[in-house]
Amino acid sequence: MSEIPPPSSTPPAAAAASAPPPARSVDDIKGDPLVASTVSRLGDAVTGAKEQVGEITLVVERDRIVEVCRAFKDDGFVYLVDLCGVDYSKFPNHAGPRFGVAYTLYSFQKNARVRLRVWTPEGEPVPSVTSVWKTANWHERETWDMFGITFSGHPNLERILMWDGFNGHPLRKDFPIRGIDTGARIYPEVFPEGGGPKAGSTGKDVKDVNVYKSEWKRYGTWPAAQIGGGAKPAAPAAAKPAPKPVAAAAPAAAAAVAEPAEDAEEEAE
Amino acid sequence: MFDVHEMEVNFGPQHPSTHGVLRVLLKIDGERIIEAKPIIGYLHRGTEKLFEAMAYPQCIPHTDRMDYVAAATNNLGFVETVEKLLGATKLIPRRAQLMRVMLSELQRISSHLLWLATHAIDIGAMTPFFYTFREREQILDLFESYCGARLTLNCMRIGGMPDDLPHGWLDDLEAFTAKFDPAMDEYESLLTNNRIWKKRTVGIGVLSPQDAIDWGITGPPLRGSGVEWDLRRAQPYECYPELAFDIPIGKNGDTYDRYLVRMAEMRQSNSILKQCIPLVKQTPAGDIKAKISKVVRPPEGEAYHSIESPKGEIGYYIVSDGKTQNAYRCHVRPPSFVNLQALPAMCKGHLVSDLVALIGTIDIVLGEVDR
Repeated sequence: MSEIPPPSSTPPAAAAASAPPPARSVDDIKGDPLVASTVSRLGDAVTGAKEQVGEITLVVERDRIVEVCRAFKDDGFVYLVDLCGVDYSKFPNHAGPRFGVAYTLYSFQKNARVRLRVWTPEGEPVPSVTSVWKTANWHERETWDMFGITFSGHPNLERILMWDGFNGHPLRKDFPIRGIDTGARIYPEVFPEGGGPKAGSTGKDVKDVNVYKSEWKRYGTWPAAQIGGGAKPAAPAAAKPAPKPVAAAAPAAAAAVAEPAEDAEEEAE
Repeated sequence: MFDVHEMEVNFGPQHPSTHGVLRVLLKIDGERIIEAKPIIGYLHRGTEKLFEAMAYPQCIPHTDRMDYVAAATNNLGFVETVEKLLGATKLIPRRAQLMRVMLSELQRISSHLLWLATHAIDIGAMTPFFYTFREREQILDLFESYCGARLTLNCMRIGGMPDDLPHGWLDDLEAFTAKFDPAMDEYESLLTNNRIWKKRTVGIGVLSPQDAIDWGITGPPLRGSGVEWDLRRAQPYECYPELAFDIPIGKNGDTYDRYLVRMAEMRQSNSILKQCIPLVKQTPAGDIKAKISKVVRPPEGEAYHSIESPKGEIGYYIVSDGKTQNAYRCHVRPPSFVNLQALPAMCKGHLVSDLVALIGTIDIVLGEVDR
């Protein structure tokens, strides 16, 4: 590695002339005194490096993340600050696997942080680092809950913030911010597919950036209620006569008409 | 002589001592806890998803709602992360920096006062509640006169502060800081040498420094275990480098030490406030905003930044795509969430009544745990 920097350090210097922050080459970042000794021991497990706002990000081969984390822990990065997933599927000009998992490590002796990143396509598990840090347990559960990224070797990979049976992984970019049926899977006998309670429904036609058109079309309107309440056309008919104090019998008659209809509907279900 | 009867009970989510909607599934043998499993998510509001759907300045009020008893530090963490991504950290005027520090330290005191009141009530000491809320009200009044809100402050902006300090605010603050140290003596006279308090807290939930780091614990629980680490000192932000303060640490890592650490921290915060007042008076009035674009569109990339909140390290990890005014991804590293994870290890072998003390000593806010 020591022989590589001289040739590669010239192009970044030229690039630095145009861009205000001097960008370092991948090998320069790998050779940073903060990470150099660890990276040199790991060989080719570290496949890339990036530096921004003074933070070093090392891209690590997915299957060797446990080994890399253990090596960093041995070198003083004893504190796993944070572990989180990012769905890059809608990131401009992104090519490669869909998800990134970012591990932020901190060393008390060096008083510095290092970020590790692994890339993983949908459905491929990332090795769990719970054996290295106990704190990774909940972070990985949250990442699984929010993105559906599985962690192999995790002691209890279950949902942590959403409930069991929740329909989908909310922080994925294709999960709309509102208007999706989120829990029908728990009560399939009560709610038909797409007819369950909807996240964030206000009844208004909102144009949120995260509501994708096909989803909105599918889930945008409430279906005829299955439990309680009347069918849609019956409701205004029953409500209109109600304010009139004169015809007290009229609403009762309307309700009487409406009720059998409801019952019939429920029975039909 | 007796049979061993293991039993599973639910502690919460409506139990008043869980400080919100925490549910702990307990496996107990009589009163002794064999196993505990925290179940969270009852207050999940999808804050991180919402961050992706709104412009950066619009996110600030949402950060209030995470740790709703310490909104100012949540605001500070978020705006500093965006400023870091924008490269504007150095541009913040000195007056704005000092105001941020003052609001954060006031928030630290008010959060610790709330913790002290509820922690003491959980354990059975009713009286401190009435004393701590007396001072907490004064802090909330100071917040109200600054930004109009008492809890959800929304009191910081990307690049500075929303408004200058109102007339007479510094005098009110000065009066408060003068009264606060005697008030601290009052609280301590109620608890610190109280025999019952010590019986309930000494030796409960001992956390070794290695375990604390392995669990990722930060803030007063980490310092209570004897690790002298505070982000205000380790990775200073705003104008903390020029302010003198001590980092109180504990010896044994038990509930009593964590209590002592927080009590000492409040005194330190008060001393920081006292130092800030003359410094603010030297700065020109109205110089509270950096000259940066009102349209916040950071360059493509990512940044992690964290500050010392009353509960521990609150960090924000923002990924920007460089094209929109929304964060592509904004992850919050909440101290309560991470600290709570150590609860099962801490309460193993203790009594159910100690669990109440332990939940109090971790100082969780469920709004932040569940986000």
